[in-house]
Amino acid sequence: MDADRITEKLNILADAAKYDVSCSSSGSKRKNENKGLGNASNGICHSYTEDGRCVSLLKILLTNHCIFDCAYCVSRKSNDIKRAAFTVQEVVDLTINFYRRNYIEGLFLSSGIFKDADFTMERLVRVAKKLRLEHNFHGYIHLKSIPGASDELMNEAGLYADRLSVNLEMPTEAGLKLLAPDKSHQEMIKPMGYLKNAIIKHTEEKKLFKKAPIFAPAGQSTQVIIGATPENDNQILHSANYFYKNFKLKRVYYSGYVPVLEDSRLPALNTSVPMVRENRLYQADWLMRNYGFHVSEIVNNHQPHLDLDIDPKLSWAIRNMQEFPIDVNRADLKIILRVPGIGVLSAQKIVSARKFGKLNWEHLKRMGVSVNRAKYFITCQSKEFERRDLTGNAIKQFILATSHSKYIKNVHTQLNLF
Amino acid sequence: MTTLIYDGTFEGLLTAVFDVYAHKLDVVKLHQGEWLEGALFDEKMQVITDETRAGRVLKALKLKLSTLGVQRLYAAHLAEIPGEDNNLLGFIRYAIDTDENIEEDYGNRYVMRVSEMVRMVRREKHRMEAFIRFQKLRDGSFYAAIEPDFNVLPLLIKHFRSRYADMKWMIYDLRRKYGIYYDLHDTQFITLDFAENSRQADIVAAYTEDEGMYQNLWKNYFKSVNITSRKNTKLHVRHIPKRYWKHLTEKI
Ligand code: SF4
Repeated sequence: MDADRITEKLNILADAAKYDVSCSSSGSKRKNENKGLGNASNGICHSYTEDGRCVSLLKILLTNHCIFDCAYCVSRKSNDIKRAAFTVQEVVDLTINFYRRNYIEGLFLSSGIFKDADFTMERLVRVAKKLRLEHNFHGYIHLKSIPGASDELMNEAGLYADRLSVNLEMPTEAGLKLLAPDKSHQEMIKPMGYLKNAIIKHTEEKKLFKKAPIFAPAGQSTQVIIGATPENDNQILHSANYFYKNFKLKRVYYSGYVPVLEDSRLPALNTSVPMVRENRLYQADWLMRNYGFHVSEIVNNHQPHLDLDIDPKLSWAIRNMQEFPIDVNRADLKIILRVPGIGVLSAQKIVSARKFGKLNWEHLKRMGVSVNRAKYFITCQSKEFERRDLTGNAIKQFILATSHSKYIKNVHTQLNLF
Repeated sequence: MTTLIYDGTFEGLLTAVFDVYAHKLDVVKLHQGEWLEGALFDEKMQVITDETRAGRVLKALKLKLSTLGVQRLYAAHLAEIPGEDNNLLGFIRYAIDTDENIEEDYGNRYVMRVSEMVRMVRREKHRMEAFIRFQKLRDGSFYAAIEPDFNVLPLLIKHFRSRYADMKWMIYDLRRKYGIYYDLHDTQFITLDFAENSRQADIVAAYTEDEGMYQNLWKNYFKSVNITSRKNTKLHVRHIPKRYWKHLTEKI
């Protein structure tokens, strides 16, 4: 390999891929077989960028040549930038060599669309196939499914990749039409639907025959860009919920729009990235997936936006003060999970430990409960508890006065824009 | 109060437990170290590590705890976190003295402390699985140096063996001066003796031809995935504390 040329390509094609925020390498159960290289299970973050994002995969484009002209994308046809393309072998060599040095969990390969969908998809699939069959590689592979690619190619992709994704990009069709006139949700949904059915079919076969091939074991995910178009959080989260339910997606990623291009349809170049909003959306998504909240408890027509200054769980609690206080020594696990300041792990600890005796504040503190938050919503085996009949708003002020968010310093600059 | 002096091994710890029950001791303090005649303690006893006695205590523990519970206790001890001997002893005594399994009694301070220790050890183990950087040497094998906060090397074997089954590798704990080596068939513990300061130079001299290139490619990659307009140093350092930077290719 020519070091200079490959370095230049890597710089261009990693740079163009970085706006795709998904970097998860978990959810697969691929074992190392026949003394090969690698396995994929829980997903490890091998490093973190200076903005604190997980680096787990070699995330690159095969090429940034593209026939489309999506307004939000640096690789769009009308943008005057340096273009480059990897060969299949170059991607394979980089992946194997990075993997052996324990830099990465695997490969996330996406691409601009050159020529047409099938032509592009065929090359992505070829990389995965080579890694699996010629290099006995069992690490994680995430391939982008190119909308419009044939079912045969999608099927082959599923046989070699752990995860496949189609990015919806804009939360609504209208937003998409505005910024990506070449695309439609309909076209994106087609491969998603195909993959959903194929995954279900293969899972059933696998139950019957141990030898049946595994098919995209880490499932499908998608990404929506937020802040480029005017959709509110209610629309975004309901659309995420729709895709979780109907396409059995494993994850929806929310990517705060990073202004990279001058375009009258887009926020101006000096607009700051909506990082707090992005973080709140992830928290809300998390509540939907792991805490048993229904999407319309979090956002609805009366409450179309997530609070920026407090997290959505606290926000829900202070809107629903009639549900509190609850007694942690008696309440069901699913109720305890709804208390601000109590996470999944501490909730489970509480339920296990109270079998041995009633719990007090000291116990809760040691179990990792953030008592400063939780104290407004619970009672326990202790004489001291919050007796004042505080309004939701007062509680919010008390909590804000004593907490430090890792994002909050950005809130002010962001609020000015609304 | 009686101070028990033991050798710091897991068998030693279990023997100490045996002695506590054999001599019907009540308030005790466990101390790691050498037996010194006339040292500061009023009442002291030397624990002489004994496999049979340790085995009996282990058997008793296995009746009271789940398999996982015993493993967790072992991991907590293995980590050699300073000053925790008494908590481990307290945990074992509480487990033995109680009829039911106490593993989940997080209201008890020993149980909670052991659970915290296990969490600390796990986190260190996960960090090592993430932050180890192999360097390819001329003989085709891969080498990594680490300096973990706790003694987690033995806990890493399984992960690295199942991941890198098709290459020879070695992970060396510079602080505790021993390593593990996998030769495509087995793993073994090894010690290397190289002079303190020639160490890094020796290894660089043994690199394969393309090792430098891949290190540079990785550094470049790390730079290009950064999004400057999102910079958040606080979050960055929370994820990768500075003490780990020294062995991270992309941070050197
Ligand atoms: S198709 Fe993909 S790569 Fe091409 S311009 Fe649109 S978003 Fe960018």
